[in-house]
Amino acid sequence: MSEYIGVAVMFVMAGGIAALMVLLASTLGKKNPTPEKLAPFECGQEPFSLPMGRLAVKFYLTAILFILFDVELVFLYPWAVVFGELGTLGLIEMGIFLGVLMIGFVYAWDNGALDWK
Amino acid sequence: MSVTSVCLELGASLGHVQDGSYDSRGLFKDWDWFGREGLWGFVGMALSLAIIVGVCSVVPILFVWVERRGSGRIHQRKGPNRVGPFGLLQTLADGIKLMFKEDIIPANASRFLFMIAPGLVLAGVFAAFALLPLSSTGVIVDAPLGIYIIAAVLSLEVIGVIMAGWASNNKWAILGAMREAAQMISYEVPMGLCILLAIICHDGELSLRAMSENQAGGFLNVGNWLIFSNPLFAFPAFVIFFIACLANTKRAPFDLPEAESELVSGFHTEYSGIRFSFFFLEEYASMFLVSAVTVMMFLGGWNIPFVPGEMLTGGFVGEVLAIGSTLVKTFFLVWVMIWVRWTLPRIRVDQVMTLCYKYLTPLAFLCLLGSCFWEA
Repeated sequence: MSEYIGVAVMFVMAGGIAALMVLLASTLGKKNPTPEKLAPFECGQEPFSLPMGRLAVKFYLTAILFILFDVELVFLYPWAVVFGELGTLGLIEMGIFLGVLMIGFVYAWDNGALDWK
Repeated sequence: MSVTSVCLELGASLGHVQDGSYDSRGLFKDWDWFGREGLWGFVGMALSLAIIVGVCSVVPILFVWVERRGSGRIHQRKGPNRVGPFGLLQTLADGIKLMFKEDIIPANASRFLFMIAPGLVLAGVFAAFALLPLSSTGVIVDAPLGIYIIAAVLSLEVIGVIMAGWASNNKWAILGAMREAAQMISYEVPMGLCILLAIICHDGELSLRAMSENQAGGFLNVGNWLIFSNPLFAFPAFVIFFIACLANTKRAPFDLPEAESELVSGFHTEYSGIRFSFFFLEEYASMFLVSAVTVMMFLGGWNIPFVPGEMLTGGFVGEVLAIGSTLVKTFFLVWVMIWVRWTLPRIRVDQVMTLCYKYLTPLAFLCLLGSCFWEA
């Protein structure tokens, strides 16, 4: 288990290098902030409104679909690992599980949840 | 075997992977904090890590050059050719220039999130590099859960991107970030199904090294490559996986999150200087990573024609040859990604989602089921 420390070490190292580069850049680069420079980019105009607020509902729909499928995938990983040992019974059981999920998929498709509009 | 025993078996299976029977070869195998060899062990470890981090940062820089020269060729122009031989140092020069740029943080951005988001994105990809084997011993963390953890670490990127888009407090940025999130989580479904297919075809191995070793032998040492040993289902799965990788790395024709013609520059609109370059670097690093994962799972890993598989996993020459062949195959896939970008026009956002849910997911699903019967 201690091996996985390596992933964390890489993460910290890359983060450290990134921090170092930012530090270097903020020391080397000149500082001359003006109100125009610090305004949100909006093709040169004053922005009407800030984006905090409502977003299209389709993004939430995508997130819900993601939960449906990703839970399915997470359940499938252990099954895939012991697939050879489980034999036919395992295949049949997973078939039933996937069948139930497929009903959900077909239902979502039929309801137009998969259409991006 | 009863239903309960199947459930128990399933629950215990990931534990099985961890039960110590796996012969790990990673750099961190005997990691015991400052080591038996005392300080020098630690220094050696730090040095080898530094070399790997160095290579990981040089490779994306090389790819940027390849992309700019390649796009030049495709556009019938020359591309950068002044800085260094064949313009090789152009990217380095650009990096140094970016170092001297002003570090702009917009007035109404959330400063903290805005500042850490690029670092998080970059660190996520580099952490995944730790799990990537280039040969049977050329790996930092040779974990039995390999591909599972790579998939988990790679999805850190989406958090960083949403953070960047949200913290920028700009319409274009937040739209780009939302698109990116929708696209990435959607394409994780076909991607995950193809990974499952590979796990099943490689006898339940999650480790990329074990997968690659599993593909040795066969006709001319090519016959056991997954796309050839299971051509009916693994080959379409390989294509689906590669398309999903394109979408996951935000490469054209799936570069909607940063579509210049509609969103200025997407989630990194407000970023400039060195922080912008982190997003840039991350894109090329993750291209390399997903291509290498594809090679390991589907294209035979380090196995090459005419050279017996045992030769590539033992001895110094074999190791060097194995690293070379992995890199050549990976570079080829990266070149295909670049080639696709400069050949195909960008598709619409609704087409991206339709392709994922209505075509790739059912197809990947069929491939998975087909492989179950093929292997059973």
